Amino acid sequence: MHVFADPTNFDAYLSGFLWILKLTGASAVFALVIGVLLAAMRVSPVPVLRGFGAAWVNIFRNTPLTLVVFFCYFGLFSTLGLSLAEDLNLNNYWLGVIGLSVYTAAFVCEAVRSGVNTVPTGQAEAARALGLTFAQTLRIVVLPQATRSVVAPFGSILIALCKNATIVGTIGLMESSNVMKDLLNANGDAVIPIFLVFAGTFAALLIPTGYFFGWLANRLAVKR
Amino acid sequence: MWSNAVPRWAPFKKEKSMRIKRVAAVAAVAALSFAMTACGGDSGTGSGGSGASGIVGKAEGQKKLVIGVKADQPGLGLQTGSQYEGFDVEIAKIIAKGLGVEEGNIEWKTTVSANREPFIQQGTVDLVVATYTINDERKQKINFAGPYFIAGQDLLVKADSTITGPEQLEGKKVCSVSGSTPAKRMQTEYPKAQLQQFDAYSKCLPLLENGQVDAVTTDDIILAGYAAQDQYAGKFKVVGKTFSEEPYGIGLKKEDKTGCEKINEILKAAASDGSYKAAWDKTLGKSGKAAPELDTTKLTNCGSV
Repeated sequence: MHVFADPTNFDAYLSGFLWILKLTGASAVFALVIGVLLAAMRVSPVPVLRGFGAAWVNIFRNTPLTLVVFFCYFGLFSTLGLSLAEDLNLNNYWLGVIGLSVYTAAFVCEAVRSGVNTVPTGQAEAARALGLTFAQTLRIVVLPQATRSVVAPFGSILIALCKNATIVGTIGLMESSNVMKDLLNANGDAVIPIFLVFAGTFAALLIPTGYFFGWLANRLAVKR
Repeated sequence: MWSNAVPRWAPFKKEKSMRIKRVAAVAAVAALSFAMTACGGDSGTGSGGSGASGIVGKAEGQKKLVIGVKADQPGLGLQTGSQYEGFDVEIAKIIAKGLGVEEGNIEWKTTVSANREPFIQQGTVDLVVATYTINDERKQKINFAGPYFIAGQDLLVKADSTITGPEQLEGKKVCSVSGSTPAKRMQTEYPKAQLQQFDAYSKCLPLLENGQVDAVTTDDIILAGYAAQDQYAGKFKVVGKTFSEEPYGIGLKKEDKTGCEKINEILKAAASDGSYKAAWDKTLGKSGKAAPELDTTKLTNCGSV
């Protein structure tokens, strides 16, 4: 463990995982909002909205995340000149958040849509009989029940998102996988220990997340 | 050996011990592979040929060599299809010829900066000729012949840029490869420059072209190779003010002193018979830079004190 005893290395290690957490946090919020909106579009009676939602899901769910993130950097930033922050790292960070969000939103959308299918048809019919509009039905009756039934899949998506965040390293953000590569590069004699520390940190972050979502899913499940 | 672990008098326990057995087997395999990777570094003096050990022995015995080169650096080591070309590759060919190995019997292997020492230590490659800077840290693990070229860190900027040296980079954006020596030097010596890092220099160039970064930094010889690429001809210039010294060596196993001395002899011969200059003219010379003199007095002493 002499590698991590060096304060510079240890700081790099900490900041690497801090970037991962920041990426995961911001992307999770955006992906949840976009994903739920997309799901609403996909079940709406308006064909254009349905088509838009389906197109989004099919494009981003079937494109490798590396390409999505690369497009954000070389397409949005480099070619189209979309600059999100003066600071280089922050700019890369926000470009990464865009990529992760649009990609993960596709998965969130499909999870929510499968949740919508678990809500008995009678619920929507009753809501319509009461005179609620489509938006009201969705917001007040269907989505609350739908999202509660897909908490466990949300957990899986969040875990995947956290690991996917390492891909932002390819556009130059010094997140954990880049830090690991640097450390391996500089300490060729300690490849396995370094690898185990990084893998172990991910496991330490994500295993409790999995259990937490399992517990939450149980607690929030709609009892029928 | 495993069957002893299951007592015959306890058939009802069989299922459980089977499981334990399997777990133990998996653990043993894991431990074994762990141990093998861990020990790979110091496992003897290589798979030499008959008689003499090391690369000289292998070249004599098997008439074959495995040489590690870079695959993504124009002018030095660039892979196009299954072919490798560049100055490093030409140098490697000269050495192979000197060792009595024909060009067709060289097996090229792509190496990146991070795996060069492990590849040599584990015997994956016999030689590494891949923009390999000789330094003391690396000398502890492997042996260096050469240097066959002295590079220096420099800046690549747009043709109309006013940057003339690293001290003008304050607040500017500079692109380099993460983990590389040039990137580290930027961080420690010029921390006021913002550093964009990628895994390959080729990604820096479109950014430089579009003006999102102000300079690309690495060894001058590598930059010259990029500047000479057809699609960027005339757009970039190398500043030409080096701020470090990077002697490129040829890496081989630490124990292989004979091989190292032999390579130095070959390099000396190449400097005097013109094949060194021919190698330069064929590759990096195309950028318009005249062939450097190979200073044979600076060749390493191959680890002898």
